Amino acid sequence: MILEAHNLTFYYRNRKKNPIIDSFELTIPPGERVGLKGPSGRGKTTLCRLLAGYERPKQGQVLLDGKPVGEYRGACPVQMVWQHPETVVDPLLKLKETMAEAGGIDKRLVEKLHIEREWMERYPSELSGGELQRFCLARALRPETKILLCDEITAMLDLVTQAQIWEFLLEESRRREMGMLVVSHSEALLEKVCTRIITLD
Amino acid sequence: MKNMTQTETNQRRRTVFFLIVAVMILAAVTAAGILTEGCAVETDFSRRNLSPSLQHLFGTDWMGRDMLARTLSGLSLSIRIGILTAAVSAAAALLLGTASVVLGRKADAVISWCIDLVMGIPHILLVMLISLACGRGFTGVVAGVALSHWPSLARVIRGELIQLRQAPYILVAERMGVSKLQNVRRHMLPHLLPQFLTGLILLFPHAILHESSVTFLGFGLSSEQPAIGVILSESMQYLTTGKWWLALFPGLALVLVVALFALLGERVRRLLDPSSAHE
Repeated sequence: MILEAHNLTFYYRNRKKNPIIDSFELTIPPGERVGLKGPSGRGKTTLCRLLAGYERPKQGQVLLDGKPVGEYRGACPVQMVWQHPETVVDPLLKLKETMAEAGGIDKRLVEKLHIEREWMERYPSELSGGELQRFCLARALRPETKILLCDEITAMLDLVTQAQIWEFLLEESRRREMGMLVVSHSEALLEKVCTRIITLD
Repeated sequence: MKNMTQTETNQRRRTVFFLIVAVMILAAVTAAGILTEGCAVETDFSRRNLSPSLQHLFGTDWMGRDMLARTLSGLSLSIRIGILTAAVSAAAALLLGTASVVLGRKADAVISWCIDLVMGIPHILLVMLISLACGRGFTGVVAGVALSHWPSLARVIRGELIQLRQAPYILVAERMGVSKLQNVRRHMLPHLLPQFLTGLILLFPHAILHESSVTFLGFGLSSEQPAIGVILSESMQYLTTGKWWLALFPGLALVLVVALFALLGERVRRLLDPSSAHE
């Protein structure tokens, strides 16, 4: 599936004069990994939210195979992995319930992401940030996912884990022909992982 | 060994124990009040104005009615009015709170304005007005108290829901294909419950106090009913002649019941509120 953003413009309420994202164009074809960098506060996360359908653009549109992303019912083929994993899991539910809600977990992912079975019996506050982030990745990588948006997903991890996760994501992207948008401040990482790098400013 | 004693007396267990005891006391008072309602209106002029004794623990009044029975049935009536009020208020608050979140910005503005409006009028004044308009008596009091106590709870629920609606984990669940209704049931209600329950229980003392004060002022229940407000306002005339038991015991009992409800709400909050749940 191809993800396209046409003339994308977004501003927060009462900030019409200086939109955070102004006439932005982007195309992510299957299998391409686009790197996105830019200083803090330039709307990288907002762009991800727009592309994943969390936010509705004020002008322009985000199309997935020609259909606006917001109109996909059921599980959306564009999934976003957030910067702070502890905010995206319900603190009152055990992880297995959160996982069941997202359609169960693939055995292969459990193995590749080094997720341990016993985590599923715990609450989110009983896992570390890195462990939770791997859980969130496994949740986002359901079979329907065609485009993955990674918003600074390894910023809080140690280098070994970072390397493991990116190696796995590279392999996954090649295997599934999955398009990716990788947001990071680390130029080295983007050059290593991405097929193309764009800058927001 | 030390661990054993620790678990036996930990805060949580003590709180649960207290909750059970408090609910049982309140239930017992309610039940006893219903059972003694016949006694409470029974007049016997051969035993007028007796001070407290073993036979009449709270004494008797100028018509020879047993004050213990009157107090109990008065409290029972108050608690029942409180329950009814709390139920109506809770339903209204939940409905309006949800509506102001679901129906969008304009509806929210209207509902918030209504909340501010009702909150702006002093409770006791509003209760009196509504009670008068509804023809006093039981219906008047219930209508008055129920229709004036929902705004605080509605405001809490609205705020909580607005915050929840934007919570990342709910947005993510939506993109994962979870339906709106399931989202509400699975992710919103469990988070709303502590605030809602606490607010609900803390409505009781307000409702009971307002019910008795509006009755005391003569805008509520009629004088032949054994209500705490009626008892207190009648005993005012006899206080100066030295019949202290007429006001003291019913007043103390009212304060105790109200304090019990307030403690109950506070304990429930401590038990359910994540920031103090592990104390």
